[in-house]
Amino acid sequence: MAVVELEIPARSAYLSLVRLVVDAAVGSLAPGLSQARLDDLKIAVTEACSNAIEAHEGNWSEGPVIVRCTIGDDEVRVEVIDRGSGFDPDDVEALPAVTDPRRLRHESGLGIALMRTLADEVSFTPSADGTRVSLVVRRPQSTAG
Amino acid sequence: MELRTEVSEIEGWTVVTVHGEIDVATSPSLRERLIDLVNDGSARLVLDLEAVDFLDSTGLGTIVSILKRARTHGGDLRLVCTEARIRRLFEITGLDNAVPLHASLDDAISGG
Repeated sequence: MAVVELEIPARSAYLSLVRLVVDAAVGSLAPGLSQARLDDLKIAVTEACSNAIEAHEGNWSEGPVIVRCTIGDDEVRVEVIDRGSGFDPDDVEALPAVTDPRRLRHESGLGIALMRTLADEVSFTPSADGTRVSLVVRRPQSTAG
Repeated sequence: MELRTEVSEIEGWTVVTVHGEIDVATSPSLRERLIDLVNDGSARLVLDLEAVDFLDSTGLGTIVSILKRARTHGGDLRLVCTEARIRRLFEITGLDNAVPLHASLDDAISGG
């Protein structure tokens, strides 16, 4: 198991760096993962980091936001940990069906839906100190180990 | 990463070619650029995403916002996008129903 950790100030200018690190770390340490799955993971991590940065804006602090990649034999797990104002993912309004014209009223709120679709597993752990989002992408069995 | 746009006029459509990554950091400048175009009378927009390396939910939100603004001004927004990783985001969120994705600039302009 390998762990790569990045700590960034809670500013959106660092999102590009987060993607570079996730790409390099997961790309080199989990070679069995396809580029498409790695792309999915980078989008999900960007969404989680964007929420974390927004949470810090909510309490006027600059972070840090921690991005921890754990590459195991069976899965890649990326945790995004912030000390922001926190949020309840269950409070996020459900989006109308994709065929519903009202869907166009929703210019935001797509991030959590994307995380849930693009990662194999997502969990949100709010605490008094902030929020931990854990994103898991499973590695193909044939290349694990 | 910087976001770069190029604007050209083709057969009554304003074509905006976007280069770079669209995320929380870069979406505001793209949104502002597109709003300016619509407000200046260019409400028939084609957004060429072929040179976009990354798109997230903020970028999708910007596209929805500009689509509505363009239609309110009597125009429309059409997208050029063939990259599977970008197209997939429109499909997951159902936005491909609202904003058709075209395989080429010619298709987008002709509505094909």
